[in-house]
Amino acid sequence: MLVELKLFLREPEAFFFTLIFPMIMLFVFGSVYGNKPSEFYGGHGSVDVSVPAYMGIIIAMTGLVSIPISVATDREKGVLRRLRTTPVRPQTILMSWVMVYFLVTVMGALLLVVAGKIFYNLRFEGNVLYVFFAFVLSVFGFVALGFVIASLARTARSANIIGMVLFFPMIFFSGATIPWQILPKGVKAVARALPMTYVVRLLQGLWFAEPWSKQLTSVAVLAGMLIIGVLVSAKIFRWE
Amino acid sequence: MPVIQVENLRKVYGDVVAVDNVSFQVNEGEIFGMVGPNGAGKTTTIECIEGLRRPDGGDVHTLDLNPQTDGYALRERIGVQPQESALSDRVRVWEALDLYASFYRRSVDLNSLMEQLGLTEKSKAYFDKLSGGQKQRLSIALALVNDPELIFLDELTTGLDPQARRVMWDLVKNVRDKGKTVFLTTHYMEEAELLCDRVAIMDQGRIVAMDTPDNLIRDLGVDTRIVFTIDGDLEMDSLRALDGVSRVERSSEHIVVYGQGETLVGNVVNALTANGVRLRDLRTEQPTLEDVFLNLTGREMRD
Repeated sequence: MLVELKLFLREPEAFFFTLIFPMIMLFVFGSVYGNKPSEFYGGHGSVDVSVPAYMGIIIAMTGLVSIPISVATDREKGVLRRLRTTPVRPQTILMSWVMVYFLVTVMGALLLVVAGKIFYNLRFEGNVLYVFFAFVLSVFGFVALGFVIASLARTARSANIIGMVLFFPMIFFSGATIPWQILPKGVKAVARALPMTYVVRLLQGLWFAEPWSKQLTSVAVLAGMLIIGVLVSAKIFRWE
Repeated sequence: MPVIQVENLRKVYGDVVAVDNVSFQVNEGEIFGMVGPNGAGKTTTIECIEGLRRPDGGDVHTLDLNPQTDGYALRERIGVQPQESALSDRVRVWEALDLYASFYRRSVDLNSLMEQLGLTEKSKAYFDKLSGGQKQRLSIALALVNDPELIFLDELTTGLDPQARRVMWDLVKNVRDKGKTVFLTTHYMEEAELLCDRVAIMDQGRIVAMDTPDNLIRDLGVDTRIVFTIDGDLEMDSLRALDGVSRVERSSEHIVVYGQGETLVGNVVNALTANGVRLRDLRTEQPTLEDVFLNLTGREMRD
């Protein structure tokens, strides 16, 4: 697993996007809008609302882009095929991937939080454990989705394309980048079909101490995605 | 106890019969080669023996295990070098070896393995910075990491320059000399001749011949040609009388001797020396496995 992690760190582009991009967004929007509580955000600052949303971006990045591309690339190069000639169990390999991506996503989220706190006086009203749980659920849900995409894509290039095609609408329509409150009605309608929308809602909701009873749809959607994703990719995952 | 036993192996892809009723066995300690043009079915066969592919018919026993049902137990004891397999670009040599070693219950000392394969200097290098020869050496190293009893090499030297290929051949012989069995596939007839103890020539899914390379060539019954130029004069009949010679042709000082047998060249040279005749530009043209293939299939090996 350590080797996988080192490998990830050595891909500078992936590293940049996953960890730095949300930070950039944070600083750009943060400086423009500041973080004073405002009616527009229901009494919260724009950064307060954005940080959980940007966590969604990190999660989407991991699930929709990083995983499909790196898995498909490895498959294309024959890396996976060679692993199949050793006694290593497929579950071990999958688990090590999942662990690595999970760690990276957590790191990204932590960076966001720390930066938000230091520079913008980030406010947090929820329960850390709840938010963490929601975060974990979202990450695993999207990781499962990522493996499904990796299983469906035949080449690394198509994995790249599929990932991008899913990633950008998802982050722009779900409220992860452009705040939900600003989105036009039509977009909101589409957004209800996107899993990322529920990630954002869930994280934001718990961030501001909304009760779990309000999060049931989100949780259901994400859990569903996780379960279905795992089942589907277990069936169709191709090692070569 | 054969190390590999294949009986009536059959594998079909859609309409194409890739492997058609193939049977053979491989004995302990030999270098056994499957030779044939690309598309002959060699890779499919080797993968069925390794357990990577499921046969559509026939029986395969590798190390007395069923590759499909006893896959994991088998993989502990074999090493596989697949045809086109790369590693992640930015993995270091020692990391790759360490990673693979961790998959097995038993593994060799990595430092000495790297030394044997001339990779010690490059142990910290990234995979994508290695030369073709170095990548192949790493590839073999990965197949040897668990000190396997049986090693599979699929197209070992494709794409390597002549020097790198020779290094590979020496390595394979070393491995065999340590008591291991080597099963390789190649489309280079020359490689098969030089390296293999026994060879199975495969074409379009079938085995068309199987024996030692020497036997196959000898059974061909095609003459060796010894071509040379002489200074001085010599009665052709004295050459014709030599053991193994079937025909002698001469055009002024250019001579071609046709014949068979291991001692042919020696006999000719000795006869010339004994008669005080100097020769120049001696060239021996022997039939090769390519000729055997051509004879058996009526086609040339497309390379």
